[in-house]
Amino acid sequence: MRYKLETEASVKKLQEVIDFVEGHLEAADCNTKLSMQICLAVEEIFVNIASYAYGDEDGLAIMYLEIFDEPLSVVITFEDSGIPYNPLAAAEPDINAPIDKRRIGGLGIFLAKKMADEMTYRHEGGRNILTFKKLF
Amino acid sequence: MLDIAKKIEDGCAYFTLEGRLDTVTSSELENELKDVLYDVDEVVFDLENLDYISSAGLRVLLSTQKNIGEEGSMKVVNVNDTIMEIFDVTGFTDILDIE
Repeated sequence: MRYKLETEASVKKLQEVIDFVEGHLEAADCNTKLSMQICLAVEEIFVNIASYAYGDEDGLAIMYLEIFDEPLSVVITFEDSGIPYNPLAAAEPDINAPIDKRRIGGLGIFLAKKMADEMTYRHEGGRNILTFKKLF
Repeated sequence: MLDIAKKIEDGCAYFTLEGRLDTVTSSELENELKDVLYDVDEVVFDLENLDYISSAGLRVLLSTQKNIGEEGSMKVVNVNDTIMEIFDVTGFTDILDIE
């Protein structure tokens, strides 16, 4: 089954997005810890789209959530028609830097990558398409 | 949802956080901090009942640590396994004073 959520790319919609993901994970018997890790990645990716994809303009974010057997896993796809941007190509924050060298920010996509088993990005048909995969 | 309990005593602000420290709720904590940060020498965050932290929450902890400066101190206490894992992968275990 593939589930779809289409929503305004705005931080105001974060709770709606988390509810959508949590609901389907619960129905798929995903345990609490895994669900937390997936929701963390979803928050970081969605907030990134909401903050940067459309600049100051309004726009849509479309999400697809699909559960697979063998191996049991979830794939969540994020699409937006905003500024072409590959978040996976951004420089990673230096997590070994001392406190005075730590940048405030830049941790979101890094965390999403850490929570993922696989992440891919492509730009196709004028859309940014980011996929997040996690094995159960 | 984030519940913030705040206790100020002898120059120390003690925050007990319960629930989720995410993109939405981290601004609530930021506001609470803004009011006290310059009146105290020490800030303590009790995270025993914090279920969830995202990069927005980490950002508040990091900026508090930076803002309190060398004169003051910041501590996080009673960190549960879920939150500790996030501190671990982001290297926050090395820069925060965790008890």
